[in-house]
Amino acid sequence: MEKINIMIVGVGGQGSLLASRVIGTAALKKSYDVKVSEVHGMSQRGGSVVTYVKLGKKVNSPLVEKGEADIIISFEKLEALRWIDYLRKDGRMIVNSQRINPMPVITGKEKYPENALEKIKSLCSNVIFVNALEIAKELGNIKVVNMVLIGILAKLIPIEKEIWLEALKEVVLEKYYSINEKAFKAGYNI
Amino acid sequence: MKKLMLGNEAVARGAYEAGVTVATAYPGTPSTEITENIAKYEGIYSEWSPNEKVALEVAIGASIAGARSICSMKHVGLNVAADPLFTVSYTGVNGGLVIMVADDPGMHSSQNEQDSRFYARAANVPILEPADSMECKDFVKEAFRISEEFDCPVIVRLTTRIAHSQSIVELGEKEEYKLKEYKKDPGKYVMMPVMAKKRHVEVEKRMARLREFSNKTGLNSIEWGNKDIGIITSGIAYQYSKEAFENASFLKLGMVYPLPTDLIVEFAREVKILYVIEELEPFIEDEIKKLGIKVIGKDVLPVTGELSANILREKLLDKQYEGKTCIEEKIPARPPVMCPGCPHRGMFYVLKKLKLTVSGDIGCYTLGALPPLESMDTCVCMGASIGMAHGMEKARGKDFAKKTVAVIGDSTFIHSGITGLIDIVYNKGTSTVIILDNSITGMTGHQHNPTSGYTIKGEPTKQVDLVKLAHAIGIERVKIADPYDIKEFEKVVKEEISTEEPSLIIAQRPCALLKHVKFEGPLRINKEKCRICRMCMRIGCPAIVDNGNYIEINEALCVGCGLCTKLCSFDAFQKAGDINGKN
Repeated sequence: MEKINIMIVGVGGQGSLLASRVIGTAALKKSYDVKVSEVHGMSQRGGSVVTYVKLGKKVNSPLVEKGEADIIISFEKLEALRWIDYLRKDGRMIVNSQRINPMPVITGKEKYPENALEKIKSLCSNVIFVNALEIAKELGNIKVVNMVLIGILAKLIPIEKEIWLEALKEVVLEKYYSINEKAFKAGYNI
Repeated sequence: MKKLMLGNEAVARGAYEAGVTVATAYPGTPSTEITENIAKYEGIYSEWSPNEKVALEVAIGASIAGARSICSMKHVGLNVAADPLFTVSYTGVNGGLVIMVADDPGMHSSQNEQDSRFYARAANVPILEPADSMECKDFVKEAFRISEEFDCPVIVRLTTRIAHSQSIVELGEKEEYKLKEYKKDPGKYVMMPVMAKKRHVEVEKRMARLREFSNKTGLNSIEWGNKDIGIITSGIAYQYSKEAFENASFLKLGMVYPLPTDLIVEFAREVKILYVIEELEPFIEDEIKKLGIKVIGKDVLPVTGELSANILREKLLDKQYEGKTCIEEKIPARPPVMCPGCPHRGMFYVLKKLKLTVSGDIGCYTLGALPPLESMDTCVCMGASIGMAHGMEKARGKDFAKKTVAVIGDSTFIHSGITGLIDIVYNKGTSTVIILDNSITGMTGHQHNPTSGYTIKGEPTKQVDLVKLAHAIGIERVKIADPYDIKEFEKVVKEEISTEEPSLIIAQRPCALLKHVKFEGPLRINKEKCRICRMCMRIGCPAIVDNGNYIEINEALCVGCGLCTKLCSFDAFQKAGDINGKN
């Protein structure tokens, strides 16, 4: 494997930073070079958030450029459309079907795209849709949406499941490990 | 052992390994995590200082007393700390002194995108620039050695993409650093003109030695490749350049002031085309042009925003990105918003309703300038709201002041708002100032400050009493009001703006994201009662959604603060459990 470029996109507060840490730590354990780029500050407060994770033999720039992402995980369906032109031609997407309205939509100034999922499908032939919020709710904690999605991603990357779980253990607080592990496995087994 | 670390985390590790014992800062994105992480190490005294000037002064004191000390801030913070910076360049150090500055090209979370490298040149201080987390750690340690060898403070500059990127760091051992002996030395540390004149001569000698050092240090290095293209670059721009030009020759600068002129001349001589690739200003480029060397740089590259490998490919290699997955439709923007339950929302609702001119400041509440509240007129820098409100009154008179308020957070007020308030009292202004006291520094992610009653390590400490403080500086009218209680809050604001004396309103209600803040859980709209009047939409709560034919609450977002219930005349908002079924 030369390099895998991953993007995590979503809405501030959905837990994408933690998700990126899990991927990065797993890559390190697998002895890949890895870089993760995240932006804090304004973007934490309900704004559009993007995190780049690049792993492989040698990684220089921490940014993924337009047309370069091998995989985009979108925590929210509108965000999948916003970032879709970063996907490479044969790239894959994992899209959480959750909808979170941006402020211009809430105030009625702009429209949330109709049939977002169909649009994503028409632009990307290799896409996995999942209602991660529902899965997380069933597990008893809506905050683990991120780990359900990481579970799905894990299967697409040449890193063993045991390594992923080790990475998870290292990144999340001990008292939350069990619920996060369940969420990860739920995603992994989809 | 190898670890994945944020650039900021790696800086903290470097400080620890270098034997630092004093660390100071005022939080500011993207520099905040440096000191947050340092505070986790035992044996390092760490503090959130009231502002960057104080932070640097504490670090200078610690250095003169013999400790290795580190002081961290964001670029605009260096403006605040510029006064001591220029003089500590003269006094030099005793224990090593490193100043961390994080610039924010692209302004992800800043009001301007200034280039801190100019401060290094203006203050005659060397500046280093790491290009990944490993270098963050190594360069900080090297900066301490340089600081002590050359008797000067050293600036280490990060940018957002370095500070907030994680990459692999090889951990090292902690150096055994013993406090240096403190010796009284007024000729070196008391900068009265007679001493300072002598010290300036020393500074110039030191710069000459540093220029020599810059040519020899491993911080600057040549990576020979194909000699058709030579690239001089530093920091994150190095990484983008490596990606866009795989086979070119590189002169990678780790020390960007003073520059290694001999090395630059040698490199330039060997390559056919020479590019200087740097983010923001042509700092390196201009210095190289002064040597009479022809370079391509800012004549084609932008001076605004962040660079990327794609920008370099486009501008320098004429390779265009061919998008294919682009969606035709316009995707609605998703600007940041005040959180559900945010106490500032009620306050801005009142200010908007009263159609006041609002002189604003830097913090979460700056979001009050965005729709739908759109209730902030100005925002310049930390602490400016109060002085600017005073200036508005002096320009347009007391009647204008009766329609004007200044809003400022608790942390920002301590940072640099208090001097503005003293000015109002002293110079007979009548402004009304509202301190948004949410018990924490919200914007940067919940750091304590002198009004919160806890230190950086979470230890209880004396808490600034804002009421007594206001009285002490001569404000006689001080009111505490709860911004959730809209009616009462409105009454208080109306009263205070109408008086012809300065007044202070403390809008007191903790940040909704604080762990100890508990809410009763989501509300739901009783459809039978809702008349779809849309009064509730005016507070701009992200949890209240207008679906065209009906209003709905997003229960995943709603915390149940109840602000919306105060605006609803029909009692349509009820606890989710009290209404059967979905709404």
